[in-house]
Formats: sequence, C-alpha cells, structure tokens
Amino acid sequence: MSTAAPHALADVTASDSTLRRFLHGLPGVDAVGLEARAASLGTRSIKTTAKAYAIDLAISMVDLTTLEGADTPGKVRALGAKAVRPDPTDRTAPATAAVCVYPDMVATAKAAVAGSPVKVASVATAFPAGRAPLAVKLADVREAVAAGADEIDMVIDRGAFLAGDYLKVHDEIVAVKEACGTAARLKVIFETGELSTYDNIRRASWLGMLAGADFIKTSTGKVAVNATPANTLLMLEAVRDFRAQTGVQIGVKPAGGIRTTKDAIKFLVVVNETVGEDWLDNHWFRFGASSLLNDLLMQRQKLATGRYSGPDYVTVD
Amino acid sequence: MASAFEYAPAPESRAIVDIAPSYGLFIDGEFTEAADGRVFKTVSPASEEVLSEIAQAGEADVDRAVLAARKAFEKWSALPGAERAKYLFRIARIVQERSRELAVLETLDNGKPIKETRDADLPLVAAHFFYYAGWADKLDHAGFGANPRPLGVAGQVIPWNFPLLMLAWKIAPALATGNTVVLKPAETTPLSALFFADICRQAGLPKGVVNILPGYGDTGAALVAHPDVNKVAFTGSTAVGKEIAKTVAGSRKKLTLELGGKGANIVFDDAPIDQAVEGIVNGIFFNQGQVCCAGSRLLVQESVQDELLDSLKRRLSTLRLGDPLDKNTDIGAINSEEQLTRITSLVERGESEGAERWSPACELPSAGYWFAPTLFTNVTQAHTVARDEIFGPVLSVLTFRTPDEAVAKANNTPYGLSAGIWTEKGSRILAVANKLRAGVVWSNTFNKFDPASPFGGYKESGFGREGGRHGLEAYLDV
Amino acid sequence: MSDKSEQQRLSVFKTYKLYVGGKFPRSESGRVYEVTTRTSAAGAAGKDKWLANAPLSSRKDARDAVVAARKAFGGWSGATAYNRGQILYRVAEMLEGRKSQFVHEVADAEGLSKSKAAAQVEATIDRWVWYAGWTDKIAQVVGGPNPVAGPYFNISSPEPTGVVAVLAPQESSFLGLVSVLAPVIATGNTAVVIASERSPLPALSLGEVLATSDVPGGVVNVLSGRTAEIAAPLAAHQDVNAIDLAGADDVLAKELEIAAADNLKRVLRPQPVDDWSAMPGTDRMTAFLETKTVWHPTGSLGASGSSY
Repeated sequence: MSTAAPHALADVTASDSTLRRFLHGLPGVDAVGLEARAASLGTRSIKTTAKAYAIDLAISMVDLTTLEGADTPGKVRALGAKAVRPDPTDRTAPATAAVCVYPDMVATAKAAVAGSPVKVASVATAFPAGRAPLAVKLADVREAVAAGADEIDMVIDRGAFLAGDYLKVHDEIVAVKEACGTAARLKVIFETGELSTYDNIRRASWLGMLAGADFIKTSTGKVAVNATPANTLLMLEAVRDFRAQTGVQIGVKPAGGIRTTKDAIKFLVVVNETVGEDWLDNHWFRFGASSLLNDLLMQRQKLATGRYSGPDYVTVD
Repeated sequence: MASAFEYAPAPESRAIVDIAPSYGLFIDGEFTEAADGRVFKTVSPASEEVLSEIAQAGEADVDRAVLAARKAFEKWSALPGAERAKYLFRIARIVQERSRELAVLETLDNGKPIKETRDADLPLVAAHFFYYAGWADKLDHAGFGANPRPLGVAGQVIPWNFPLLMLAWKIAPALATGNTVVLKPAETTPLSALFFADICRQAGLPKGVVNILPGYGDTGAALVAHPDVNKVAFTGSTAVGKEIAKTVAGSRKKLTLELGGKGANIVFDDAPIDQAVEGIVNGIFFNQGQVCCAGSRLLVQESVQDELLDSLKRRLSTLRLGDPLDKNTDIGAINSEEQLTRITSLVERGESEGAERWSPACELPSAGYWFAPTLFTNVTQAHTVARDEIFGPVLSVLTFRTPDEAVAKANNTPYGLSAGIWTEKGSRILAVANKLRAGVVWSNTFNKFDPASPFGGYKESGFGREGGRHGLEAYLDV
Repeated sequence: MSDKSEQQRLSVFKTYKLYVGGKFPRSESGRVYEVTTRTSAAGAAGKDKWLANAPLSSRKDARDAVVAARKAFGGWSGATAYNRGQILYRVAEMLEGRKSQFVHEVADAEGLSKSKAAAQVEATIDRWVWYAGWTDKIAQVVGGPNPVAGPYFNISSPEPTGVVAVLAPQESSFLGLVSVLAPVIATGNTAVVIASERSPLPALSLGEVLATSDVPGGVVNVLSGRTAEIAAPLAAHQDVNAIDLAGADDVLAKELEIAAADNLKRVLRPQPVDDWSAMPGTDRMTAFLETKTVWHPTGSLGASGSSY
C-alpha cells in the first residue's frame, strides 16, 4: 500500500523484502568509533562570540516541552509565554522554536503563542508507547492537527521494528504523514533507547525518511536513555546521506536529557561539523527539552554581564 | 565547510609553562654546559620563535654521561624492584600533576595541536610509567626465567614526533628492569626531555640513573657507538636505523629499532563507512601525519571508492589548521623546516609522476612551517608517494578489487609497521590480519596506543617491541 | 673360492648432494671439496681419512636456496601448528630408524667414539621431539590478550619472521645443527642452512631424512661449502629476513651483521655453547618470531542503551 516519496529511492519501499534488503544493506556502525567521534567533537572549545551565537541559536531551536499527566491549561499558557519571550528582562533573547504538548493541550498552546513565530508541536500516535490500534493513533493525529498543531511528533511502533516488520512501521508513518496533510510537519520519534543498537538507529532513520518524515527525532524523553551526541551524530549522518541521494533535506531533533548549555553546544558542534550550516537553523534542527532553556538563559546573562547568574534570575515555568 | 558557526579563538594559556632562556645537559643529576660550550636553539615550528638555547652534547659529554650512568647502575640495579617501582610511580604521578604544563610545552616545541598533547601524548606518558612501575618487582614472573638481569647502561635516541611519549617508551621499561639511561632527544624538540629531568629531581631519582643529552645526529652516533653502552634503543628513520645496526655490529650491545612505515589502511566495501572515514583521517592526519605507524596508504575497494572519497573530502574540509595552542586546532605545524622541505619535495614528485593532488581550501599561517592536508588519487604501487615514507599529512589513495589483492598490495613494501582493516565481516578481519606482515594491525580503528600493547615492526620497520610484557625483553639480559 | 670370500667387498660410496627445494642438486658451480675424518691424532699426523666429496656451494646455490625457502614460506607458516608438530615428530621417527647411519657419520665427522656419537645422535632425535611439542605451545607462552585501557580487544601473537639463514655450528655437526635448525622451522620459518664447513656430511644426510618426513620441499635447504663464501650473499640478500650466526667466528660474524643491516635482518649473534645437549630454552624460537598485535573495538554491552 505504501506511497513512497517521489525520489531516487522510491523502489526501496515496494515490498517488505526490498525494504528489508535496503535497510540491512546500509553500512554498519562501529559503536566505539561513532562514540569516539562524538566525544572528540565534544572537546571543541566554544568561547566568547561563538558561544553567544551558539546560545541564541540553541534557544531558537528549543521545542519547549511539557508532557506530564499533570499538565493544566495554566501550565501550558505559562510555557507558551516563556517560549515567546524566554527572558522577560532581555528582549533580545530569541523566542524558542516551538512548544511541545499533548494533543488535548494544542488549542491552549496555540492561543498562548498566538501572534508569535513560535510553533505548536503535539506528540501523537499514543505517545509515548505507541501501543494503540492504528485507527486510534490516526485519530490522535487528526485531533491535534485540527486543533491547530503545526508539527506532529509521532512515535514509531518499536515492537514492529524490533520484530523486523519494517514495512508495517513504514506504512504507519506514511499514514500519519497523510493525516498531517500539508498543515503540519511530521517528526518521527524512534525511541533510540529502545532500539538499542546503532545499526537499528541508522535503519530506523532511513525507514523514517523513506516514509516521508520531515524530522527524525531520537526519543520521547520517557525512557532511560534519550538523546546522546553519538545517536544524534548518527542520525545527522543519515540525513546528510539521504539528501545526497535524494536531494531531500530532513530535520533532526534530539530530545530528552539535554539540560545544560554545555550539552547543547556540543550538539551544535556535531551539527556544524557533520552537516554544516544548512542545518544550523530551527527549521532543520531542534532540541526537545524543558530545563535546558533556563540554563541557556543564565549562560546568556553571564555572557552579557560578565557575572554568573542564578536560578532566581530566570523564570520557573 | 564555511559556516555561520565560526569558532572564536580558544587558546590554551601559555602562562602555565615557564621556559628558561637556556638549558644545559642533564648529567649525573646536574644541569651542565657542554664540554666544548656548544649550544643550539630550539624554535616553535608554529611561529619560528626561539624558545630557548640548549647545550649541545659532544663526545666528551657522552663520555661523562655514560660514566655517570655506569656509576649509578651498580646501586640502581641492586635496589629491590619494589623500590625502583616506587620511583617510577612517583614519576607517573608527577607527570599527571604537571600534565597541562607539559602539554603546552610539547605543543610549543613540537607544533602539534594542544588537543593531541593534552588528550593523547601526556595521558599515555603517565600511563606508560605507571604500567612499567608495576613490572619492576615482578620481573621473576615475566616469562624470562628467575631473576632476570638488566643489561647495564642503555643509550637511547628518540625522535621529534612524540618527544615525551617516546622518552617514556624508552625510559620506563629501562628503569623498571634496573638499567640506567643516557637519552638523546631530537634536536628540534629537546625541551620536554629537559623538563623530564626536573621531574626526576622532584621524584628524588638517584643521580646518574637518567641522563639527558640534547644534540644532533652526531651526538646520537657517539652515544650508540660508545663502548660502555650495553643497550641501544632507537626510534627514528629506517636509514639511521640501518646505520646504527652497522655501528653495533660485532659488539654485545643489544639493539632494538623502531623505524619507519608506510601503513596500508584497507577499506572493504562492507566497512562501517563513517567510522572508516574517521579512522582514515586519524590514521594520516594525527600529528600532521608525522607518525611512523601512519596509515599513509589508503587501499579502498573499487566498489566503494567514489562514496568513500566523497565522504573523506567532505570530512577533510572540516579540519581546522592553525595555532597549535588553540584547543580547536586539528592540524598543527610541521615540526621543522627540514621536514617541511621533505614533504614538499615528495608531494611535488607525486604530482610530477602523475598522481592527482587534492587539498581542501585551507589558509596557511604566514610564519612557521605548515602543510595543508593532502590527498593523492590515481596512485599506483609504482608511484613514489605510494612507496616512500612521507611523514607528513599526505594520503595516497590506491584501489583494489579482491581481498587477496588488498593483502598483496598492503604487504608490497619493505616496511611492516602498521596496517588497518575496515570491514563488518569478522572472518575477513581475522584472515586479512593474519596475512598482513605488520606489527600492529588496527581493525575498525586506527592509531590506538596503550602501554600494555606491544608495538613494533616487521621487516625494515625495525625489530623488538615496546610496550607490554614484550617490552621488558629489550632491557633484560635474556 | 676361499680367496674370493676373504676378499673384502668393495663398498658403495655415497654421492653427497645439496638439499634445496626438496630436491638433491649438485652445486650449480660443479665444484666439490674433500671432506675427511676428524680425529685430533690423525689431524696432527696429517693423516685424515677421506670420507667424501661434498658440494662446494656457490652464491648462486645460496640464491636458489633462498628462492626455494621463500616459496615454501607461505605454506609452512600457514600450516597449523599441530601439523608442523606432527611433521617434526615424524623427523624424529625417521631419524630413529636411521640412527646407525648417523652414528657412523657423526663419529667420523667429529672424531667421536661410537658410544659418544650415539649419545649425540640420540640427543639430536630427542631435540626434534622437544621442538615438535613446542609448535602449538609457543604462541600461548609468548602471546595473548593485552589489557588495554579502552573498549578494545587487543591480542598479540607470535608469527614467523620469514626466511632465516642459519650458519650451523662448526664443531657440533649434527646435534648443534639440529639445535639451531629445529627452532627456526618449528615456529613456521623456512631455513637456508649452511652445514659445518669441516663436517657437512651429517647435515647433508639429514636432508634425506627431511625429504621423507613430510617436511615440504624448501622448508629446509642445506648447503655445504665454505661458510664465509655462502654466508656473505645470504647476509646481504634482501629477501632473507633473519640470520643465525651460530657458525661464524667473531670476524665473520661482524662482517655478516653489517651486511645484514642493509635490510634490517634479525641477527642472532654467535654465543658460546659448551654443551649442545643442554636443555634449550625458548630463546632460539623467539629470536625468529615477530609479535603482531591486533586491535578491534569491543563496544560495551548494555552501557548507555545503544552501544554495539
């Protein structure tokens, strides 16, 4: 049933076996080498003007997220306000890229960021487990889109992926993409911590891109291991190679576990030296995070004033 | 890859190291002038700034130093191994404590990036002393029979590419086994060895156990020829290694040589390509390619040649060449004008022989000795750049069709130091590793070093092993 | 009739030939030299008894032997250690069966009594047995995994150096010869051996034993003649990887070591040996072994979620 993207690799998704052959024919990943490369990029020393640039860029890439059972309209409105104006004392601080909420909070969030460039992203497809019938997942997506979501963060069916049922995973992404229509960009979450191996992460990346993902995203933030420099590097290599083969550019979103400016800058260095400036823009790279933003703001204040800031000088959400 | 994300300069502070305007020879625990008063200057290859003026040892100084080492040998070799061990542990710890200072010093004198001296050279130096310290009181269990004896005075000559690390590789096993040493650092990089003399002082090492004689080739020649030297260890060029082998011929001096190489880095079509690219880059651009075990020949399977070269060129474009003290520098300065001349002339030869030269856009600083990362494609086994050790940031790319052809080409050299294999197929790794005539084979990695891992070459890359239990043999009368 | 029976039977002389590439050629030079008995009394009286004419090898014979040794190296070094052990043991078996011949030859060669010569030959047979057992053990003794500080499997293994030129000891024509030859081939090297100049016959006869012991042709090549004349081209030969100078005097040893430096041959200098029957250690094996160290990433199972 698949309706693959119209590019050089269209044949790949023609059948279960062609898809499997393609994914298993991708170059392997040597874990130690990958991690060593990520670690070595992590030793870059980003100072002064470069740091100021990186901090503002990072702020502009944050998908400011709240995904709690305890979320209320009040909480979401506060989040929206913070996304639009992260530092009430300094209007030069850029807005974040988006706020990221559950589907039932989309309308509230949309209202909170109205008139700003901040997008509303909604997780969907029975986030975070994804264990629901397809019809339920699609309904979830349609509700969110109808409520005004600009972006949909879906989770893949990790069970199907690990069982080797790649075409099922693919077709589900295609269906969700259809449900998004032209109104919403689709981010596909792999939950890399559950895929467990780097080879799987590379295969999932290609699977997601072949199925029409606009973004590939590491994690839900709900499992033990979320975004790491290594798995993000690997996914950046995938979008780089995918563009080289198809001409289609795909975004990348590491999510979960990125809490400090230092961490965020490491990720930006990985972006800079793996795919370059084409991805150094919040249209193509995002951080799924919540507490990160305050640390970025404190570091920003420090750069501006020369003294270390403290948690009382940034807002709690 | 020009980018909006320009890294601001991030220089490591030079203030941490205090270089004296002049240094003497270190003989019998004292700094002393050369008998004939000769001195030479050591410069920073990144700026051509004179760093210090160094006493230049002559034959009379070699005599003095060997005599001091001989005198010290009796007591040092008679010390219980556990006591010798503690001196070496002290040295290891002091190296760790002073590692930032030593890293900055090494970067200044050698020209290699601070990233490397900080993250590779210095940690390995400390680890090497720590490793051999532990052997000093366990030699009975090393597989050389009960109570193996030291040889006596070791004359050691080291190169400029890893000055302090090569010193550690020489001195740590020598002292652990009860020998005393006279060491000649390279003329372009004497400073870290002289700082090491100060570490010996801080560690309370008995006088004469370690003697440091800066100088040129003639100093080294006098040292290896000295009749009262019992052991000669040399790391450097194959040409000099052959001369030394001739010099010690007919004597009882035990000889180990760690010489040149022309390592093949073999990439099969099922390689983990992204990691292979990193391995290739690390293999030939680590330390500006001034590494005896560099993977200076890339052997790539024809079916992935285009893909691999595209990735490699893209990756080379991200290398940052410049101030070695900048923490973000990937490629530092070439160590000396002489070496730069050699690299330049070999590269010109490669071009004139018809190989295709490529370098990323790369601005070279105006002062100092610099060479841009360089690739040669359309290279065959017959090209000079595929046969001669260039000892610079220059990679020759050759292709192959089958594993047999890869092995045949890899082995088709008088050298035999290192090789790399990139494939996801385990049996292929084992089969190819087995057939390669090289002392170190890195599979799905490259340029990894560890004090526990024996290092050394086949064929004209020298003989003897440094590191591990194997490294003890060179300093024991066995 | 009685006259005839009393007349001694005329014995059949053996034509001693080189052993190269599994064949028994004469010297390409066509030269031979006279080999005589060796007793101090006879020597002093100038009355050494003629034993045979041995081939007087030339530099071309040396070259041919190196070609044969190189050709044999791949197969021999690639054979399983167990297989090499069986073949070396087979040499001992074959020698045991031809013991009396060798006792006779060693007695003549070295001027020994029958019983002393027998002791030499028995020690020689036992030496083959000793090295036969070593073939599949030396790698475990001198190699193994190294505990490097990182996510890598790292293992060192000994590998044969290649083609080894062996100058057999001059005095001990058979036990000495085997004591230097067996360790070289036990570990997978191939050898070009220069027999004792004065007493080459046991060495040449050994070739006949090797040829019938499943030792592949070219693994051992035996040359007789003037040691200095044959050794010089071997020491300088660029396709020889190592040289054992056991049979060289100090002056020759120095010359050869200098020549050997041209391609950085591994050189085992002559060492005084009082008693070749003493138990050998592993030194003569390790002198012609290279250590190869292989690294491979391991990853770290289970750590950080995705690691291998």
